[in-house]
Amino acid sequence: MSLLQFTEKGIFCERANVYIDPWKPVDYAIITHAHADHSRWGNKFYFCHHLSKPIIQYRLGVDIHIESMEYLEVRTINGVEFSFYPAGHIIGSAQIRVAYKGEIWVASGDYKLEDDGFSTPFEPIRCNTFITECTFGLPVFKWQDQKAVFEDINSWWRKNKEEEKVTILTGYSLGKAQRLIQGVDPSIGKIFTHGAIEKTNEIIRKMGVGLNETTYVTPEINKKDFIGALVIAPPSALGNSWQKKFHPFEVGIPSGWMKMRGPRRRRSVDRGFVLSDHADWEGLNTAIKATECERVIVTHGYTNIFSKWLNDQGLETHIEATKFEGELLDETDKSDTA
Amino acid sequence: MKNFVHLFTQLDQTTKTLKKVAALVDYFNEASDTDKLWTIAILSHRKPKRSVRTALLREWSASAANIPFWLFEGSYHIVGDLAETMALMHPNLVSKHDKSLSEWIDFIIDLKDLEEQVTTSSGESLHTKKEKVLWAWNQLDETERFVFNKLMTGGWRVGVSQKLMTRALAKHSGIEENTLSHRLMGNWRAETTTYHQLIVESDPADKISQPYPFYLAYALEGKPEQLGNTDAWIAERKWDGIRGQLIVRENQLFVWSRGEELVTDKFPEFEALTNVLPNGTVIDGEIIAFENGQPLGFNVLQSRIGRKNVSKAILKKAPVLMIAYDLLEINGIDIREKPMHFRRNELEKLVKEGASEKLLISSLVEFGNWEELVKERANSRQHHAEGLMLKHKDGTYKVGRKKGDWWKWKVDPLTIDAVMIYAMRGHGRRANLYTDYTFAVWKDDELVPFTKAYSGLTDKEINEVDAFVKRNTVDRFGPVRSVKPVLVFEIAFEGIARSSRHKSGVALRFPRMFRWRKDKPANEANTLDDLEKLLNLYG
Repeated sequence: MSLLQFTEKGIFCERANVYIDPWKPVDYAIITHAHADHSRWGNKFYFCHHLSKPIIQYRLGVDIHIESMEYLEVRTINGVEFSFYPAGHIIGSAQIRVAYKGEIWVASGDYKLEDDGFSTPFEPIRCNTFITECTFGLPVFKWQDQKAVFEDINSWWRKNKEEEKVTILTGYSLGKAQRLIQGVDPSIGKIFTHGAIEKTNEIIRKMGVGLNETTYVTPEINKKDFIGALVIAPPSALGNSWQKKFHPFEVGIPSGWMKMRGPRRRRSVDRGFVLSDHADWEGLNTAIKATECERVIVTHGYTNIFSKWLNDQGLETHIEATKFEGELLDETDKSDTA
Repeated sequence: MKNFVHLFTQLDQTTKTLKKVAALVDYFNEASDTDKLWTIAILSHRKPKRSVRTALLREWSASAANIPFWLFEGSYHIVGDLAETMALMHPNLVSKHDKSLSEWIDFIIDLKDLEEQVTTSSGESLHTKKEKVLWAWNQLDETERFVFNKLMTGGWRVGVSQKLMTRALAKHSGIEENTLSHRLMGNWRAETTTYHQLIVESDPADKISQPYPFYLAYALEGKPEQLGNTDAWIAERKWDGIRGQLIVRENQLFVWSRGEELVTDKFPEFEALTNVLPNGTVIDGEIIAFENGQPLGFNVLQSRIGRKNVSKAILKKAPVLMIAYDLLEINGIDIREKPMHFRRNELEKLVKEGASEKLLISSLVEFGNWEELVKERANSRQHHAEGLMLKHKDGTYKVGRKKGDWWKWKVDPLTIDAVMIYAMRGHGRRANLYTDYTFAVWKDDELVPFTKAYSGLTDKEINEVDAFVKRNTVDRFGPVRSVKPVLVFEIAFEGIARSSRHKSGVALRFPRMFRWRKDKPANEANTLDDLEKLLNLYG
């Protein structure tokens, strides 16, 4: 019996009778992070990192049964040890280390290697089997340091401000939005946020995590106050009437997909910035190497190509289908609850 | 090249035409004459000839990136653009050159006669194509590499029409737009002219092969009554062939296609017209396949296009002629500003005097009121026509696509409900999305593929279908996915013909997705028999 198996309901540890990020309701769900495709409705019990707990409660309701622990702490269930290691994907995101009688598996959820200055930075874990995503598992995906990207974003914002325009950046309400808020230069102007983002910000601030000052966009705010400011909104807010009050504006999308010209032109936005909360080609390969694992299981992304590449490198690799989504380009904000 | 790359980036970052024109004007105001000339050449699809085989470029790119070739190819399928794949794949470097656009283009042109990759030399000097290309990739940053690769490889859509480019050039040079359009026509090459010769001094009349810019019609939306009085209009059949200009000057014949390609050699049938038409004649018309007093389908003409040699067998199998519908030059005088009725009158005389079986006049469709014309349009297919053309009797011959005096009024397309069975990723703007689909109809309880279609869906619908494909893949063959046969689309097309080249035995003309039939289950899609019936009626 494998320590972890891929079943209809999710990644299952039979010995402990728990699931990791299940996509169908189960009794005991261990959660890597608070995005909606990893922490779903209907489980009887949730177990996650401290920083994910209030966000999951906000999304799924305060009445859910949920517990949390710190990184590197251990919870033992029927002899199986579970612990969380930072994944660097978003705030509170964890890789889940599962160990039993010397065999170690790691379910990494979503992760990135670069320190974004907000999420706890990624830490590699030695293991036998590494379960990984590969959303950007092609050698064409190479990220720049975020410092360079934010310099581009800042100078674009400054230029828009000079032209008396509003600057709009899109980002998932949880994760990308806060990374943007922390990454831009707040001395350029005021930062406004869409409601979905501001609610997440409130929760994060309540946990005692510092975040640059933001103002929630309400109907009472005078249109003039937006001129020269930065507005951060979830992708789903684009193209509807909410956006109208910012006219004239420029829209930028920070996403790993902006590396490719096709998606960049397809979105027909003013600017695309290559900024992702997922690992790039180099990052995936580095992370896998650092685990010193014997076996890799790839779950979502360019699985066929990436698994063939790893197999060719002499690393036994399998593909397992899941319901995880990775970074989405053309769909709405996955962490929105509505 | 820095200013050209900056221009490209600006053009790529906006969909607003005003911004594009402004960026072009800024560029023209600052660029050197040679860079301007090359920019005009690139934007009007006159790039230098390919000097390196792309098969080699792919190999070099993969090995420079230190990845296996299959991985390069797999990435290329997803990125959907070779130049871009090679640019992204290369190790990231900062730009360290200061060559201008024209200098880089000369660099590319000079590759032509070099050895491909074997070299006996040693040391720092660069002798082979491979050495030079790799050297160039190492000088350039990512966007510059993309531009360099685009200059070196196949077609490049920058997202600027010739019309926009001409508008910007008019603003920059102070020369009127229509004059510029005319100067930019024909077979000039940036290699052999200068900015001054082409744009400033050029007198198109000096060049005996020079065609005029084509006047293009918009589609008529809604009812013809909106055009007012029927007396002011003439109607003609809209033929399905190749729009062409036939020029006789100084006892020489030139045939131009609408794509500004000189196709004289492809149609030796017209050679005889050199003696029939007076010097200084330019006729606008449709080149169609035609036999025994009847037009043949576009597929017959298609069998000739793209062939290097026009053999006797082909000439016999697919004989062509021109149906003339306008006269732009008579006795060397440009008459485009004269009204339609005048030009038409002169054209009729000319065709009559010439009396060549290779040049027919486009006959007028008689009508007393709009209802009669509605009926004529409905029987277009019986005449092997695509529909009708409406032209104002007093209209001048304009430049490019303009509303007002010419309207095309196509017949409604034929349609059939089909099931999607395969999907492939698209290219360019639609890269990384499943946008290219294969459709099938029922033959008993088997699905027989009969056409592909790429267009007709909104971006939102494409996203939905893309998500469906990813979740309902049954099998994969290279880049093709077979999917659960569930989605039904109404496929519209302009014509249908028997074809031995297609498995289903039919070839459709301009198939596209007309509607997503979410209301229809797959078993209610049409059958091969239904397709046969259409073939018997219209094939």
